[in-house]
Amino acid sequence: MSELLKNIIRYVFFILVQVFVLFKIPPLHRFITPYLYFLFILWLPFNISRTLLCLVGFLFGLSLDYFSRTPGLHAAACTLIAYVRPFIINVLISQEGSDKNYISPSITSMGWAPYATYVLVLTFLHNAYLVFLEWMSFGSFLYFLGKVTATTGISFLLIMLTELLFYRKQKFRTNTV
Amino acid sequence: MRNVFLFIRSNFNFLFFLVLQIISLSFLFRYNKFHEAAFMNASTEITGRVNQKFNNVEYYFQLKRTNDSLVNENRRLHQALKENYEAPDSLRRLILDTLRTDSGKTYLKYNFMEAKVVGNTTSLQANYLTIHRGSEGHVRPNMGVVSPQGIVGTVVNVSEHYATVMSVLNRQFKVVVKLKNGGDRGTIEWDGLSPLFVTLKNIPKSAVVNKGDTVLTSQTSSLFPANIMVGTIYEIVEDNASNFYTLKVRPSTNFYSVEYVYVIENLQYEEQKRLEDSTRKKFQ
Repeated sequence: MSELLKNIIRYVFFILVQVFVLFKIPPLHRFITPYLYFLFILWLPFNISRTLLCLVGFLFGLSLDYFSRTPGLHAAACTLIAYVRPFIINVLISQEGSDKNYISPSITSMGWAPYATYVLVLTFLHNAYLVFLEWMSFGSFLYFLGKVTATTGISFLLIMLTELLFYRKQKFRTNTV
Repeated sequence: MRNVFLFIRSNFNFLFFLVLQIISLSFLFRYNKFHEAAFMNASTEITGRVNQKFNNVEYYFQLKRTNDSLVNENRRLHQALKENYEAPDSLRRLILDTLRTDSGKTYLKYNFMEAKVVGNTTSLQANYLTIHRGSEGHVRPNMGVVSPQGIVGTVVNVSEHYATVMSVLNRQFKVVVKLKNGGDRGTIEWDGLSPLFVTLKNIPKSAVVNKGDTVLTSQTSSLFPANIMVGTIYEIVEDNASNFYTLKVRPSTNFYSVEYVYVIENLQYEEQKRLEDSTRKKFQ
């Protein structure tokens, strides 16, 4: 399956899972909103241009916004992590050129610890910005801290579970062919 | 000039990021004015359709509860029938005035329209429902929405076949209600903490309030007819600094399982609004 088609399917799938599964879960606590959908942005290929990455992030967030009726909220957070993503990858990539040898960020291509850091940093950024925007309109500082911590924890757990359940095999590519 | 272009070229990614941020933030903070008219209509139609596909499946899992609430409502309506009341003294005849739709049509104030709920969130800070009835079914923004159990919210946006309803579980939602005991009026709001409770404010401390008291809609809110169930008082929050009670109310509507709602059209609203507006103008 081509990489483009795969990502289009993921786009639709992640939105549907977020809207019809994760948003439907009865709230466990007011601090906890399980977010998984932005894993789509983390899974986008290495070689996508930064401008396109930002644009895809924006459109992806906006699609979710139309379901949750909060236009701009998730779009802003997704654009932020799409913009920051290349910087984080540059810092965390372990072996020289492994962003050329593999298609997209994963445990195989980056290694356990760098990949976990990559996920954690972007999850934190996404949730912090999202809750910050919520906090602008209401809420207190305690609400902000509690919600960022709890939501990041839950999201990180969900993402790692997804990684383990849907293990992405990635071929090692060389450019010497 | 050349430097400007060079600057834009070298910082294109960052500037593009800023532009996207500004677009999304303006969507977010100017939502009610500009955005609603521009995009929301089309998207309500599209997301409404997707929601409906999902609801076709979800509906079966709620059938039992839906049926229960409809049966309960039927029982309540049966109870109100005239035939159920009979005075022991045959010299006196009990006459209950019931609304005759034929001759009373000119006096009809509230018109109920049924609608199926196809989309619903409860876990966010701003929760909305999507119902399968839109402008073609005479739904307009600012109509009240009730379920068989109690109030649900108000219509905020309408497309041809779908409408979005701001649920009571939304930070922006406010409605005037009254206590069944004594009739003191206050406002219902949601503090965003738990979807199981809403807050009732502005009830003066002179009112008699007990746990378990019923809260009903008031005739002063033009959205809902009077005496529709809102909820029951769950807890009286201690606040000695204020002259008003802060009450935790358990809404009677089950927002997790609501399947059918009634959209309420206030047929006399235009006239009332015209009068109120002209009064306001007169004293400005």
